[in-house]
Amino acid sequence: MTPFDLAGLLTFWSRRWDDILELMVEHLVVVLISLAIAMVIGVIVGMLTWNKPIPAAIVIAAAGVALTIPSLALLALLIRPFGLGWTSTVIALTFYSLLPIVRNTIVGLREVPPSVLESAMGMGMGPIKRMMSIQLPIAWPIILTGVRVAAQLTIGIAAIAAYVAGPGLGTLIFNGLSSLGSKNALNFALTGTLCVIILALVVDAAFVQITRLTTSRGLRA
Amino acid sequence: MPESTDTALTQIASRTDGARIVLDRVSKVYPGQDAPAVEEFSMVAEPGELIMFVGPSGCGKTTTMKMINRIIEPSSGSITIDGRDILSLDPSELRRHIGYVIQQIGLFPHMTIAENIAVVPKLLGWSKQRTAERIDELLQTVQLDPGTFAHRYPRQLSGGQQQRVGVARALAANPPVMLMDEPFGATDPITREKLQAEFLRLQESIGKTIIFVTHDFDEAIKLGDRIAVLSERSQIEQFDTPAAILAEPANAYVRSFIGHGAALKRLALIPVETAVLGAASAAVDHHRIATDDSLRDALDLLIVTGAPAIGVVDRSGSLVGSLTVERISTALGADATALAATRSDEGRPA
Ligand SMILES: Nc1ncnc2c1ncn2[C@@H]1O[C@H](COP(=O)(O)OP(=O)(O)OP(=O)(O)O)[C@@H](O)[C@H]1O
Ligand SMILES: [Mg+2]
Repeated sequence: MTPFDLAGLLTFWSRRWDDILELMVEHLVVVLISLAIAMVIGVIVGMLTWNKPIPAAIVIAAAGVALTIPSLALLALLIRPFGLGWTSTVIALTFYSLLPIVRNTIVGLREVPPSVLESAMGMGMGPIKRMMSIQLPIAWPIILTGVRVAAQLTIGIAAIAAYVAGPGLGTLIFNGLSSLGSKNALNFALTGTLCVIILALVVDAAFVQITRLTTSRGLRA
Repeated sequence: MPESTDTALTQIASRTDGARIVLDRVSKVYPGQDAPAVEEFSMVAEPGELIMFVGPSGCGKTTTMKMINRIIEPSSGSITIDGRDILSLDPSELRRHIGYVIQQIGLFPHMTIAENIAVVPKLLGWSKQRTAERIDELLQTVQLDPGTFAHRYPRQLSGGQQQRVGVARALAANPPVMLMDEPFGATDPITREKLQAEFLRLQESIGKTIIFVTHDFDEAIKLGDRIAVLSERSQIEQFDTPAAILAEPANAYVRSFIGHGAALKRLALIPVETAVLGAASAAVDHHRIATDDSLRDALDLLIVTGAPAIGVVDRSGSLVGSLTVERISTALGADATALAATRSDEGRPA
């Protein structure tokens, strides 16, 4: 491997900054799409199971087991039915996002005090109204924390999606790994890794803001 | 039968000054339990009456009360409000016309005080303007300054303030019926006394039919028009006015519930003006009691000061007579006689 050369890295960046930026945007987009899908599925599953101990335990256990499947293996399995590229990537990322989102939805809904639920019922709110205007808003900060964890998780895993020709910064890393010994191998890998870290930090900061803006002031400690 | 459900609810809802509630042999057996929690409970609450359920923990007070708004479904028996069988009405619709206050208050933490109070008016489709006016009015009624409190969140209020909001929220849509499960249970004695006094004043002006659960007999005496003393499985040991229960407890169980000092508790219910007063000149010292204070307050003053007689002043502050321990005792005896007379007049079942 060629020794590290800062000047070389800077040149690499100045030549390819538009490619790098595009990959970063792609990376972000694929993560956001997966999170959105996982949120819809995860919150619905959570809403359907939170008060049924056995289904809830099964869902949490299943999602936990799912998380132990190595991402490379899952991606390889997805190639056959879904082909290379975006679809397989989105499915894999959604899959990994489900656990934190489902689990936090269940935990969040369970944390709504029974007295609050009883007074909602006693005031004449039906089950759907109770869920939408009382339970979900109270569980919201906890659900969002789950989404935030899922975001961190999938930003990392998305880098591996380049293995199935998926979008995003993994392309840079895989380029580097597959051309070891060439002049820019280290620059590719290093840039890809750095960008993943930066993206993770930026997204995390964004989540802090989103949580702050979308959580009722009455729920803040 | 959605149509008849609607008209029935409209009729109940229009009786904002209290509806008649009839429970007829209502029982509740919780699933998996052999003994019923409530067995064959029958009672009539007249419009505008404030009825207290008192009894030891676990006797079924809460269960009985919650069957009225169908938070708990009765296993058998019937419950009607103004003649309408509640089991034939949509439970959510029904509950919008029954104010509900629980011991744990259960304010919605993510909503402001104003939003909490607005919940039922919103469900009933009130206009923004009407809702806003009602919120202001109610906060004033429960003695919370709207400017200060309307936009606060529940966690920014003290326990006693939250209790008041709980009551205001239950009153929001002016329901004819209120169910209150130990609404002042979680407060210190001083706050509780204040809330009770405010609540009494409030009930004088709104006149709802209220079922009020407590296990504090003194609270029951203080607030209730009638008290139902309950034992295991919500059996009614006695159902009568506070004065009647204190003067003539139906049995040993009720007597044990009253505890010591029944005479003193009765005195607390009798205003000074009902006693036969002595000459104003007998009140030589400067100790004074008002005509609308209770005889218990008068006795208290007599004992504390050691004076043989105290002066009685009317609302304008002028001396109208005097009271001694003998006169208080006579008034207590006269009260019991009067009570017995009205009871035999009405031929009322005990
Ligand atoms: N959801 C339930 N499932 C089974 N049993 C219950 C349930 N709720 C209450 N019970 C039982 O029914 C009986 C009456 O309970 P209830 O809550 O009505 O009593 P209470 O008079 O309100 O008591 P407290 O003063 O302690 O509130 C008790 O023995 C209680 O254990
Ligand atoms: Mg109770």
